[in-house]
Amino acid sequence: MTHWIIVPVVLPAVLGALIVLAMRNDLLLQRVFGLAGTVALLGVALALFRAAQLGPPEVYLLGNWPAPFGIVLMLDRLAALLVLLTMVLALFVQLYAIGTGWDAKGRHFHALFLFQLMGLSGAFLTGDLFNLFVFFEVLLIASYGLMIHGGGKDRLRAGVQYVAFNLVGSTLFLFALATIYSVTGTLNMADLAVKVAALPAGDTALLRVGAMLLLLVFAIKGALVPLQFWLPGTYAAAPGPVAALFAVMTKVGAYAVIRVYTLIFPPTAPAIGPMTGDVLLPAALVTLGIGAIGVMGAGTLARLVAFAAIASMGTLFIATALFTPQATAAALYYLLHSTFATAILFLLVDLVLARRRTGTLRQALPPVAQGGLLAALFFAGAIALAGLPPLSGFVGKLLILQAARDHAATVWPVILVTSLLMILGFAAAGSTLFWKAHATPRDPGPEPPATPALPLVAVFGLTFCLVALTVLAGPVLRVLDATAADLYAPAPYIAANALPAQE
Amino acid sequence: MEYLIASGVGLMTAAGVYLILRRHTFPVILGLALLSYAVNLFIFASGRVVIGQPPILTKGAAGYTDPLTQALVLTAIVISFGMSAVIVMMALGAFLETGHDRIDTNDGKNDGEGTGD
Repeated sequence: MTHWIIVPVVLPAVLGALIVLAMRNDLLLQRVFGLAGTVALLGVALALFRAAQLGPPEVYLLGNWPAPFGIVLMLDRLAALLVLLTMVLALFVQLYAIGTGWDAKGRHFHALFLFQLMGLSGAFLTGDLFNLFVFFEVLLIASYGLMIHGGGKDRLRAGVQYVAFNLVGSTLFLFALATIYSVTGTLNMADLAVKVAALPAGDTALLRVGAMLLLLVFAIKGALVPLQFWLPGTYAAAPGPVAALFAVMTKVGAYAVIRVYTLIFPPTAPAIGPMTGDVLLPAALVTLGIGAIGVMGAGTLARLVAFAAIASMGTLFIATALFTPQATAAALYYLLHSTFATAILFLLVDLVLARRRTGTLRQALPPVAQGGLLAALFFAGAIALAGLPPLSGFVGKLLILQAARDHAATVWPVILVTSLLMILGFAAAGSTLFWKAHATPRDPGPEPPATPALPLVAVFGLTFCLVALTVLAGPVLRVLDATAADLYAPAPYIAANALPAQE
Repeated sequence: MEYLIASGVGLMTAAGVYLILRRHTFPVILGLALLSYAVNLFIFASGRVVIGQPPILTKGAAGYTDPLTQALVLTAIVISFGMSAVIVMMALGAFLETGHDRIDTNDGKNDGEGTGD
């Protein structure tokens, strides 16, 4: 399996460059190669996932330099799971973009898409903090291009804000890395884990500053309050399929928190203690509250879904902040679920906008083509994201509630009340969009042409993933339990790096 | 030397933060550039300030300076250079499309709405 670990990074990099250089004027070729690349990546991700389930964590030494000096990629259960999730989502999103013709509205969609996948899989696979920064930048620079794909002044201005915000985040990331490096003298994650654990409790002020700066950076990526305000504007202005792909970008923040604060700065390390959870939990609760209130108050459909995405990140971070194996398994389940649910809703927003011309929720407009089908899909996505039975959102929230029994006084009311608020918000939006529409007189203008089937296939595919996640919740949870158990027993992960003995 | 580097980092960060809080894109971009200079210096200093020593350990060398932070700075410079180019292009595009370079997205109305095409 050794060299396969690098394939999710190298394959999209080569293919993306090839698409830019050799087929910049031929959309059909771009589509064929882009899609073939994503399918191949999905196959590799499946193989890596299987390998990670069967064996211990594997290391890949870039340039064959030994561990703390060279850069390493690490394949363990968590990394393999997230790479697989990314590729499944990417395949459906790409099908949607091809089906709706979004990829024809600007140049280089497929190249940027592949570079984005390269950054995402690199961020999940890397075993080095500085390399994590580099892959963050790769995925961000691709996302800047995707975000303004298709142009338009609203999109460009939202794009400038998004870039400026993320550049500040990158600067903070570098400050955090330099601080951590100045204390420990290493940025290899496994080596850091060993050194931080050995650091006495008295000598850690600078390291704590670094750890909290790093948490701030991941909070920006994960849209955690008070750093969430970039998300609604960005996601609402981004093209529909891109917003759907961005559903996994916020999860990169959650992944980084889970990885760094279980491996390097675990609550058991004397240098850090329970500080991370103490900071993260209140912020996550407020994030959930703000997201739910935003869902109630959003004036347009795209902003409604963006706020629902913020709420789902809040729920995810609540489970992350507890830092127990049970809660982390619940968080991972909710991560899988909310990625699919958010993506479905963003794709639906795009489908509705293409027919209705405006996303406003203040005013009912005549019914749209295929209104019944879209309404049913919207219903499914809404109950999934709000956490109603029978879809996986319910299972996910139940798992989180169960894991948060110790914090029942704070966590339970917030999750339950916000679920109610989100149901109300979604119900209001759905009735304006699909029910009141029937009471509004139809425009005498010509019917819009019927849409191709491929976009709907993509949305149904994602919905199928949600249903599968619900029906197969038992087996999925067994895998996630093993993943979470690995995170809290990192000895094999550290051993895989074959670090030289400490002198 | 330490005092000089520390105050340099501090001053550039302060100026950068001041500039990124402005309302127009041009000062914001300058602020981001200043912040990236500050962080580059900061990374460089995180390997300890050593004067007149080689970055490579050789036999008989009296000492050495940490080469890793220099490599990190190099990477950070390349990345921040690329990012500055991207944001300059996007800001120019936004300026040409909208006719002004204010950084806020709503001109008194709620226009964060995704457009259909």
